[in-house]
Amino acid sequence: MIEISNLTFSYPNQSRLFEGFSLSIKKGELWSIIGPSGCGKSTFLYFITRLIKSDSGTISIDSEISNRPRPQTGLVLQDHGLLPWSTVQKNVDLGLTIRKFYGPDGLHAPSGSKLDKNAEKRIVDYWLQRLGIAELKDKYPSQMSRGQRQRTALARTLALSPDLLLMDEPFSALDAPTSKDLQDLIVELNRERDLTCITVTHNIEEAVFMGRKILILGKTTNRKPEIISNLSATDFRHKSFQVMCAKIRTKLEKST
Amino acid sequence: MKKSLSLATIFSGVLMILVFWQVLSWLLNSPIMPSPIEVIPIFLTSMTGDLGLHFLASTGRVLASITLAVITAVPAGLALGQMPKLNRIFDPLIAIIYPIPKIVFLPVIYILMGITDISKIFLIAVIVFFQILVVVRDEAANLLPELILSVRSIGAGRRALFRYVYIPASLPAVLTALRISIGTAVAVLFIAEQSLTTYGLGYYIIVETYQVLLYAEMYAGILGMSLLGLTLYFLIDYLERTFNKHLYLEK
Repeated sequence: MIEISNLTFSYPNQSRLFEGFSLSIKKGELWSIIGPSGCGKSTFLYFITRLIKSDSGTISIDSEISNRPRPQTGLVLQDHGLLPWSTVQKNVDLGLTIRKFYGPDGLHAPSGSKLDKNAEKRIVDYWLQRLGIAELKDKYPSQMSRGQRQRTALARTLALSPDLLLMDEPFSALDAPTSKDLQDLIVELNRERDLTCITVTHNIEEAVFMGRKILILGKTTNRKPEIISNLSATDFRHKSFQVMCAKIRTKLEKST
Repeated sequence: MKKSLSLATIFSGVLMILVFWQVLSWLLNSPIMPSPIEVIPIFLTSMTGDLGLHFLASTGRVLASITLAVITAVPAGLALGQMPKLNRIFDPLIAIIYPIPKIVFLPVIYILMGITDISKIFLIAVIVFFQILVVVRDEAANLLPELILSVRSIGAGRRALFRYVYIPASLPAVLTALRISIGTAVAVLFIAEQSLTTYGLGYYIIVETYQVLLYAEMYAGILGMSLLGLTLYFLIDYLERTFNKHLYLEK
């Protein structure tokens, strides 16, 4: 689904983060990306969204070279980015509102994605329900907990029915039960609708839980991807879960 | 969290002014301080007559000025706030012009723009413009990059960002700036209306009443001016509560 080839990038006046970096991700895969801070893991995610341009190299999604943000790609950030002046309901509806604003032009919204008012409301209600925030729909972001805000941000992204979900440290500021709950939800969605998910995290257990494939990035220039296949993903009780965590920890220690 | 004025507060405020005024008029016992009991009936009858026309003329000027200032200052402020390079170029200029009392340019504006309503409206607009410009610029500069990034990630281009992020984000700033500048705007209006016009509360208070020693009528004019300021202030308060519900939340 995603073909990244020969990616090269450095921030101004800093050493190269990526050089000739290539990676391929298939539809429906569950990936996590881990690495020390400053290794470029968030930057890497933004390349895929095309919110940041690389210095050279190409990224194609569904065998189309992608040069601008693609409407079917969903992005969830740690800092939820909710509109403080809108209610939960309006926030969840924002993506759909923006799509209506542009019309189905293929650039900002997938072509042929016209929605009537009822269908739009059904979608918003469905995700409010599924994320467990239906009772909060008239509240404003400042009246909610971090976890509830992150649920809102997820609902907003999922309401756009993305086929690719990119998450940058999505659950790292949340309490343990909430982040567990949301991790389970993502895994469920990955199974249920073959949603391709990539989670960037600095938390080893989260990386092991959320990645059937784990990409480890290093602090020095990344040339060849180091990918670890992980059978214990999505199952904390899997016999090799802890072994995998230990393995990742060792690798990270080496790379810093 | 902000608080808005309650009816009870307004009522007791007005009552206190009236009592204070009455006491003062007893103490001074001079024609320059007539009692409210004398002034208020004059105010009420003349508001339906010529004072009403003066009131409308002033209201029209002030509203036109504010509109002109808002529609020019908001886009300019947003642009400066979101484009640091542009801001670096204009910042020194704005920093210098901002504190200058623009009213001193009144004669210049009269000469350049002619003795019409346009020049009065323009002068007030210039003053309000800078106040809105600075507040909106700072507000736009403080918008979280994460917010913009995440709204872009759900498909927003420049136009949608403007409509769904920049405009609503700067609305509280615009209203705050207006709240602050209303007083200045009405004060400048008062000065600008004292000459070269025959309609407006400034003209009414200075030329039609004060200069011919009609003190009770003059106070009716002062009440009119106060009413204008208060009305605008409450209008802004109302807009804030309507559009910025999130700033008035009970947690």
